[in-house]
Amino acid sequence: MAERVTVRLTVNGAAREGTCPPRKLLVDFLREDLALTGTHVGCEHGICGACTVLVNGEAARSCLMLAVQADGASLQTIEGLMTDGVPHPLQTAFRDHHGLQCGFCTPGMLMTALDLLRVKPEPTEADIREGLSAVLCRCTGYHGIIEAVRAAAPLLRVG
Amino acid sequence: MKPAPFEYHAPSTVEEALALLTRYDGDAKLLAGGQSLVPLLNFRLSRPAALVDLNRIPALAGIREADGHLAFGAMTRQRAIEFSPVVARRLPLLTEATRWVGHLPIRSRGTIGGSLAHADPSAEYPAVLTALEGEVTVRGPRGERVVRAADLFETYLTTTLAADEILVEVRLPVMPEGAGYAFEEFSRRHGDFAIIGIAAMVVRQGERCTMARLATAGAGPVPVRLRAAEEVLERDGLGAAAIAAAGRRAAESVQPDSDLHASADYRRHLTGVLTERALTRAVARTKAR
Repeated sequence: MAERVTVRLTVNGAAREGTCPPRKLLVDFLREDLALTGTHVGCEHGICGACTVLVNGEAARSCLMLAVQADGASLQTIEGLMTDGVPHPLQTAFRDHHGLQCGFCTPGMLMTALDLLRVKPEPTEADIREGLSAVLCRCTGYHGIIEAVRAAAPLLRVG
Repeated sequence: MKPAPFEYHAPSTVEEALALLTRYDGDAKLLAGGQSLVPLLNFRLSRPAALVDLNRIPALAGIREADGHLAFGAMTRQRAIEFSPVVARRLPLLTEATRWVGHLPIRSRGTIGGSLAHADPSAEYPAVLTALEGEVTVRGPRGERVVRAADLFETYLTTTLAADEILVEVRLPVMPEGAGYAFEEFSRRHGDFAIIGIAAMVVRQGERCTMARLATAGAGPVPVRLRAAEEVLERDGLGAAAIAAAGRRAAESVQPDSDLHASADYRRHLTGVLTERALTRAVARTKAR
């Protein structure tokens, strides 16, 4: 199929553009066309959450969107979390509380946690557990992740 | 690339979308939130010639209150419903059920119309539509028609909508003042598909139950309205004995299937248990009029 579409969008504050077939998934577009490989491809059917990014400020699975559907949208990916080389408080909390081991789920975990803490700035532990059940981690057993999100919550409320 | 090739269209009006459905004559799929369709495309279980993306039709999204109903544009996101103050006030059962739909990142994209048109029997919205006697508006080449919840679901993943029709609006009557409600669900992990879900609403007047509404998710190929259980409550009131009896009647009323998640017997058992739990919570929430 020769048909190609042009996708113009904002990623981490910068205007980006690419062309791809309409069947290209957003996650593959980010990784292959925009060279933003921080977003990981896991299950490719919306279960594992590794590919979660923020679309217009809301967490969404980038394997369940076509790239063409993001035309005109504003995205935030894991690459947009650091500011001037300084890790985001959530990233620091993940490091401090051993919220990652192999790191495969971490991009999705961080973007999901960011959305969760915006929706629920003062989450209970049950809120955190339920929110993070959206992303599968097979290393940590989640305890470090839950601790990290709990520790980051007050820092994000200030910021 | 995972999906097989397709032609992609993103119309800006329902009329254009309808014309595309007619043009492809059954070979086009409507793309709403994509949380069920895109996995099917990625697995190539679905290989439509064309996708008609409804996400660029602004008229299809939004919640409005009108003559005793809340009307939801079919493309209203589950996330918008979850955080809507008017839904929380008028249809708190829907707010509670929404929190059981997948996970927040799924609800960011998933839509009410998409969920109903997909007609997964374990989904929450078909159960709520059934319990509250909602209806959907459907538009097609022959004009517009209204389909009641009881006439919408045909079997697994199948509605009575024709291939050239589009579900454009969902209407739910607002819950009576003081109604108690609960949505109970059992799944292996929160966010998984329901093994059984129960939507419940009761209206109390003194000791009497003037209205009981119960419907299932996951207890068969379509949502089941538990009329026999409702009748027990409307006859015997909302005490513990009546609730227990309603639970037993609920379990007797369903013909669930076995699959790798649960046996039919277990689902029938859960239907009774969750009906009791939902009713107990619903009754505690009633405000006598």
